[in-house]
Parts: sequence; C-alpha cells; structure tokens
Amino acid sequence: MLGIRCAGLVKRYGDVVAVAGLDLAVELGECFGLLGPNGAGKTTTIEILEGLTSPDAGEVEVLGVPWADREGAGGRALQERLGIQLQETQLADKLTVEETVRLFASLYRRSHSVDEVLRLVDLEDKRRSWVSKLSGGQKQRLSVACALVSQPELLFLDEPTTGLDPHSRRELWEVIGRFRKAGGTVLLTTHYMEEAERLCDRVAIMDHGRVIALGSPPSLVATLGAEHVVEFALADGAAAGLFTADLAALPGVRAVRTGPERTALTVTEVHRTVPALLALLERRGAALSLLTTHHATLEDVFVSLTGRQLRDA
Amino acid sequence: MRDHPLGQLTLARMREFYREPEAIFWVFGFPIVLAFALGIAFRNRGPGELRVGVAPGPGDSSIAAVLDHSPALAARVLDPAEARAALRAGRIALLVAPGEPVVYRYDSTRTESRLARLEVDEVLQRARGRTDPAAVRDERVTEPGSRYIDFLIPGLLGMNLMGSGLWGVGFAVVQARSKKLLKRLMATPMRRSDYLLSFILSRLVFLVVEIAALVGFGWVMFRVGIRGSVTALALVTVLGALSFAGLGMLVASRARTVEAVSGLMNLVMLPMWILSGTFFSYARFPDAMQPFVRALPLTALNDSLRAVMIDGVSLAALGVPLAIVAAWGLASFSVALRIFRWR
Repeated sequence: MLGIRCAGLVKRYGDVVAVAGLDLAVELGECFGLLGPNGAGKTTTIEILEGLTSPDAGEVEVLGVPWADREGAGGRALQERLGIQLQETQLADKLTVEETVRLFASLYRRSHSVDEVLRLVDLEDKRRSWVSKLSGGQKQRLSVACALVSQPELLFLDEPTTGLDPHSRRELWEVIGRFRKAGGTVLLTTHYMEEAERLCDRVAIMDHGRVIALGSPPSLVATLGAEHVVEFALADGAAAGLFTADLAALPGVRAVRTGPERTALTVTEVHRTVPALLALLERRGAALSLLTTHHATLEDVFVSLTGRQLRDA
Repeated sequence: MRDHPLGQLTLARMREFYREPEAIFWVFGFPIVLAFALGIAFRNRGPGELRVGVAPGPGDSSIAAVLDHSPALAARVLDPAEARAALRAGRIALLVAPGEPVVYRYDSTRTESRLARLEVDEVLQRARGRTDPAAVRDERVTEPGSRYIDFLIPGLLGMNLMGSGLWGVGFAVVQARSKKLLKRLMATPMRRSDYLLSFILSRLVFLVVEIAALVGFGWVMFRVGIRGSVTALALVTVLGALSFAGLGMLVASRARTVEAVSGLMNLVMLPMWILSGTFFSYARFPDAMQPFVRALPLTALNDSLRAVMIDGVSLAALGVPLAIVAAWGLASFSVALRIFRWR
C-alpha cells in the first residue's frame, strides 16, 4: 500500500486551473515535500488529499482509501488516521494550550494523552497559557500538536514554518523528525529550499499546478550537472549576455543563465572557473560589482527549470 | 477515559464566551442596567403635585393660598413675564388670572394641564361655596403587574433571549469560519451535529444564568413577581432560546466575515427591537401592521413571557404564540443546515 497515490488530479476555480493533472506516489514512512512558489497549487493539492476540497477530475487514494469511500462514516474512519495542520488556522485565542489539545483529542477515537502530545511538541511549560499569549513558533507547534494528538499514520503539514524565525523553525523540524522516527509518513509543502533539503526524502517541484521535477533533493541538484553556482554582476550594468558564448566556453562551466541583474554560471569546479572568469572580464574592460559562489540548491534547480526565482516567482 | 466530543466542544464554547468580558456585560449586565434605568425613570408615582401660577390681580395672594392648601396643587403668585416663561417651559401646568371672570390659561393638549384645570376649578368653586348634589366615595386600587416595570421585565427577557441567541451562536460560528478553525475541525472525524449541538447546549447553560439574573433583579429591586408557574416560564424561555439559536445559525450560515454577520444580525434584530413590544405595547402600531408584527418571533415570545409572568396564564392557553416561536426556530434551523458553509 502507498501512503498517497493520485493520478491526473485536476482542480479548477472558475477559469483558474489550480491543479492541472497531477500524479503523485508517496511511500509509507517517507517524508515527501511539495515545493514551489505561491500559487503553484501546493495548498489545493494538499487540501484535496486531506479531504477538505473535492477534485474536479483524477484519482485520489490516501492510505489505500479511494476518494469515493470518503463520504460519511468512511471519511470519518480515514480522518481518524490522518494528522492535519492547515496553513491559515487560528486556534481559539481564549482557550489554553491544554484545553485546545484536549478538545482535539476528544474528537478522535484513539489519541495521545495531553501530556504526551505536549511533550512531543515541547510545550509542557505553556499548558495553562491562553493561545493568544503564545509566540508565533509556539502557536505553530500547538497547531502541530493538534495534528499529532490522534497518533496519525500520515501527517499533512502545509507551510509549517512560514513566518517563523530560524530558531522556531529548527524546533519544529525536530518535532517532525521525532514523528518520522516513530514510523510516520509526512507530506509537507514549503517554499523554503533548506527545509525541503533538510527534512524530505523526496520532493516534487511544482509550478502552475504541475510537477516539473521529482526526486530526492541531492538527485535533483545533481541534474544541474554541477555542484556550484557562481553569480556575478557588472559595475556599469553592462549586459554580460553580450559574451554568453565566451562564458560557456570557460573551464568547468555547465550552464549560463543571464538575468536582468545578475549572471549565474553553474560550474563543477569553482577554483578553475573563477580565475578564468576574472581574466575574461579584464580583457573586456568590465568591472565587477558583485561576485558570489554557493553550493547548488533546489532553488537553483527551480530557476534552471522555470527561469524564475522561487521566492518571487 | 476519553472525553466526549460534544462535552468538550460545549466546554470550549462556554470558555470562549465567559472569558470575553464584553460578552458578559452585553448578555448579563446590559439588560439589568436597562431595567434599572427604565424602572427608575418610569416608576409609578401618579401625577404628584401639580404646579400652578397665579397672575397678579385683585385677591391674587388669597387665591394662591387657597389653591396651595389643596394636597394636589402647589401654587404661588408670579409676575406676568415670569408666568409666561414658566407656562411655556412647562414649569407650571396652568396660570390663573384673577378677576371677573377668572381666566385659566393652559395648553389643552397637555394631560397635566387638563388635570390642573379640573383640580383648580374644583378648589376655587368650592371656596366660593359650591356644594355637590350627589354623594360619592373614592375606592383606590393598585393592580399588581400594572406598573411599567412589570411590563418591561418580560420584554427585556425576550430581547435578551434574542440578542444572546443571535450573537452567541452567529458570532461564534462566523468567527470560527473566518479564522479557518471550522475548516480545521472539518478535517477531524468530528460529527457536524456535535458541532451545532454544542452551541445549543452552551446557550441553554447560559440561559439559566441570564434568566435568573434578570428575574432576580426585577424581584429584588422592583418586586416584579412571576404570577404563572416557574416551570411554564422555564419552558417558554428554553423554547425562545432555541428558536433564536436557530435564527442565529441561519444568519451565520453563509457569512465569511464577522463584519458581514454583524450587519446581518442588526438587520434581523432592529425591526424586532422596535416592533415587538419590548419597551412599549405594539398595539400602538396601525392595524394594517398588526398581522406582520404578531408574526415576528420576538413579539410572540414577549407575549408569552408577559402572559406567564403578569397574567399567570398556563402554557395550554399560549398555543398560538408558542407555535410561532417554535416555527421560526425549526424553519431557520433546517434552512441553515441546508445552506451552511462548513469551511
């Protein structure tokens, strides 16, 4: 059995196609990431899988239960096995942490005790605080606590760390890590590359309602054919595109991408490419205003596939 | 042991309510403040002493003395300019100008002035030697339940049931929807019926407190009693609370924002505040409007509450108004269920 399987999934809102024929297969015990810019269809996809939105076409199967069996009692039986955290939910401000968890626990036939869940998300010392008094990171962990309280087999997390500071983000990653260690399956959406690389066994990069790349983070990065990216910009703003062919001919360069502000080179060996690049620019009389290098990431994969940056795409 | 979902949902409702100080005030405090203020302002004190003036003229001070001697009147001599101003401002009800004939100057559209005209004339005529041809005797009665406060308390009770039913349910539902909490709950195995029932149950719990506070206040402060049976009153209020909870559910069934539902709620409540006889009898509205006014749930509820509290009528005699209240509740609840936006 697969954790999640969907084929040819389509969802339209009026003229807007949010999901345009999506295929996914998530193994049990896997942490799978849906990656993509805002509007790529990640949330729509995850809400269909959660049973909150009905698909217009395609097959959906979650923990072996097909969509058709999710009406009424069948749907409730499946919901018992899922843990769900929604992107925009604001829990009731005037309830305490403990009361909130207890409310959610009461909705499931099988559940963790309040103590167990609060320990899982490290909120034990906040159990008597009102939700309104929690920090953003604590609220998000409480939201995950409500998802974990039912001892789910499959956990859905929609942008779990958006808007959190790096410290809170790392704390939440640990919570997810603990759940995985206990054998749970996770589907999460994110637009943080680092999060996907850190947490996910496999990721599907989505754009315009479609999967445009699928694989483990290292294998996706490897499709760039090189491990490093060298970016530079010229002082007078002169278009470096004038000598793209020259750049491509530099030692170690696998690909050249020119943007409005910067030019990016995907390279195998920085120490060979950079001196050659500097020599080339000097011959052309072009002065640098910026030069950076970094390890290739999923971000670079997205840019190379779409020509757009992930954040502002 | 596992908590029952309905129990936990109801508890959550109640906690969210009583941890909101504004809500506490509007549901419990406001009706009591209103009852207190209106009860004081409109307390029955009869017409009291009527103030009259006497214009300067022959024998003015003796006329004033005679009039002032009457327990119903307070009279004094005023100079002409002062007298005109006092009459215009209503500080005196009538001005007596001595002479032959004696002239009474007053506004005949004012009840107080007409009373003063009768009383002054009576005293002056007697002083000049009039005798009554027929012997009469006064017998004074004060009917319990005829005071304004007796009329007001059941009306406030009805208005409160409407307000807390609509706000208590409508506001909470829409808030949960706009904060996506409703959507989050729909992603659990929660039964929808449990969710809706939790509103009804928490309303019923607070109902007891609401009713006890207002009725208790009416008794302690103004000796407003319950002539009918307490059971009958309890049943009428429960029916009223359920009916308005249904209406609240209907009002909240589609709205996505708190602003939208607030507008809708006022739209529903405003006509009933005015028309349904909370502060004054709806008999004052033209005959053509009466069928419409009587069909409103708050009118029917107020009528039933007054019948039980003031007239001591039994439930059996209240079939029609109670049926109207129940019909509103059932109709709005079943429509609400059909069109309810669950996410």
